[in-house]
Amino acid sequence: MSTTIDTKTVKANPRPAAEEAPAKSKGYWHGVGARLIRDPVSMICAGLLALLLGAVVFAPLLPLADPFTGSMVSRLKPIGTEGHILGTDELGRDMFARLIYGGRLTLMLGLLPVAFAFAIGTCLGVLAGYVGGWLNTAIMRTVDVFFAFPSILLAIAISGALGAGIVNSLVSLTIVFIPPITRVAESVTASVRSLEYVDAARISGAHPLTVVRVHVLGNVMSPIFVYATSLTSVSMILAAGLSFLGLGVKPPEPEWGLMLNTLRTAIYIDPVLAALPGAMIFLTSLCLNLLSDGLRSAMNIKD
Amino acid sequence: MTDTRDADIPIRRKVQEKTKAADRGGPAQPLVIARDLKCHFPVRKGVFNRKATAVRAVDGVSFTVEKGETLGIVGESGCGKSTTARLLVGLTGLNAGDLIFDGDRLGEDLSLKELWDGVQMVFQDSYASLNPRLTIEETIAFGPKMRGVASGAARRLSHELLERVGLAPGRFAGRYPHELSGGQRQRVNIARSLAMKPRLVILDEAVSALDKSVEAQVLNLLKELKDEFGLTFVFISHDLNVVRYISDRIMVMYLGEVVEIGPVGSVWDKRAHPYTAALFAAMPSMDPDNRTEVPPLLGDPPNPIDPPSGCRFHTRCPFAESVCSAAKPKIVAVDGAQGHEAACHMLDPVSGHSKSAGGAHLEAAE
Repeated sequence: MSTTIDTKTVKANPRPAAEEAPAKSKGYWHGVGARLIRDPVSMICAGLLALLLGAVVFAPLLPLADPFTGSMVSRLKPIGTEGHILGTDELGRDMFARLIYGGRLTLMLGLLPVAFAFAIGTCLGVLAGYVGGWLNTAIMRTVDVFFAFPSILLAIAISGALGAGIVNSLVSLTIVFIPPITRVAESVTASVRSLEYVDAARISGAHPLTVVRVHVLGNVMSPIFVYATSLTSVSMILAAGLSFLGLGVKPPEPEWGLMLNTLRTAIYIDPVLAALPGAMIFLTSLCLNLLSDGLRSAMNIKD
Repeated sequence: MTDTRDADIPIRRKVQEKTKAADRGGPAQPLVIARDLKCHFPVRKGVFNRKATAVRAVDGVSFTVEKGETLGIVGESGCGKSTTARLLVGLTGLNAGDLIFDGDRLGEDLSLKELWDGVQMVFQDSYASLNPRLTIEETIAFGPKMRGVASGAARRLSHELLERVGLAPGRFAGRYPHELSGGQRQRVNIARSLAMKPRLVILDEAVSALDKSVEAQVLNLLKELKDEFGLTFVFISHDLNVVRYISDRIMVMYLGEVVEIGPVGSVWDKRAHPYTAALFAAMPSMDPDNRTEVPPLLGDPPNPIDPPSGCRFHTRCPFAESVCSAAKPKIVAVDGAQGHEAACHMLDPVSGHSKSAGGAHLEAAE
């Protein structure tokens, strides 16, 4: 009996959706990826960065010389020396190994502060932009205070106050990057907030946090993310600057900025060798900037 | 056998069974009573954001919306139509006045969340009113899900509503807003508002951005849906012909105030307020020999920050007299028509205007 009723039900209410395969459009990130792959500049940059990241992460597994043991006899050997592809530094340590190991700290100091600042700044900015009113004034005016100082000066001041060390330079760099990210997040959120789909979501009676999560965050994330990506190169340069000044990483730990500082004295003996850590900083930040540019255009949904 | 019958129940019935905000006041109780609504936007100045002055977007608007009718609101841009719409759904806060929804006063007997159980809105900009990162199925299902409908049921409801507004769910459910045309997007917006099972739908310039043939299709769809779902509409538009087609009553607004309200036929024929007459005269004629040679009104509406004294229309009114700038006109009945009212000194026998019934009487006595 029940089976006959079931067939009747199906006949009485044919549902075309169930019969046709739904023409589900490809997801947003799928489209972004497809557009990014078609951009040769971004792909080259992404490739170089992936290579660097891979080398840096798996450095202990690679057949590299010990970056800490030097030799007084083989100091400042030029590039191409037997056994030292990129020569040796002022204490006779293998440059190639030190550049790879140095990349670990430099990249960490480039990426982590931006990642932390991205999380904190997005929360603050979205809060300020969505709620508005006095909360917006309070957050944004506080943030404005930090804009009174150039970022390098701010980083030096905070690092100086906290004392030298990796963790402290991480903290100081995070504080440096929160204000600009907050500001970008606030302005994007304020413009999304005024769009009618946010109003429509509000009159569905959804909790404000749900409205923010579903309708605001997804639409403000990409510009903030792209902006944060472009900050990683700045962060790397600032971290290198802090180490150069003796506020960040301490010797003998390899770090590009610190290496640049110590090799500075050898600039008249072998300028190419002395420029190597600088070249690494330059290449990495160039790749990061170009990639974030590519990401920006790939994320533009209207194209 | 109940299963078989359940499958045959139209969407309307399913929707109504689940409606929380059911009819309570009965047919005689107006669905909405708006009493002296005021909405002033502060204009802030200086370092400390002090309130320097205010834009009087809506300044003392009163009207009712009967159950099952369509109230059309017309007026120039900047007259407060859209702000009135946003006040009705509670998207903009009231500065003063009462909003009574089916006998319950907003803020006292009725929370905003409860108001949204009964009132939904269709916005003008079909693109900005759809989240570009959600498929249209997700957009429609979002509201019901927020009310606790299981996601499978919400998805089925969204498919049924898509079908009902003329978009095959198999083809459209998984699409993103930028993959649809303007008319299709506006159908999605309508389906989204219906998914919330409202009793009142505010349509704020809902068809204005569509081209004429699509506009006609969407208008007819709205008429059908209104009967099918037993809806009440507040229809805002600057297109008088569209408002005439769809409305039972018309409300004319000028500079944040109601100048005339009444049944569509009566307002159309009598045009009791000079502003209504000017507004209707501004409509392009379909007859090429009957061109509008003289502009019915000159200039822009005055600044709502500092509106004119007395009757707000007196700065542009061809019949303005001293009484018009001195005293605010009372809302008086336009004779000969049930429920037709206008705010003009010329219609008020005791206002002292020379063209009013009283004034004419005085002239005759002299």
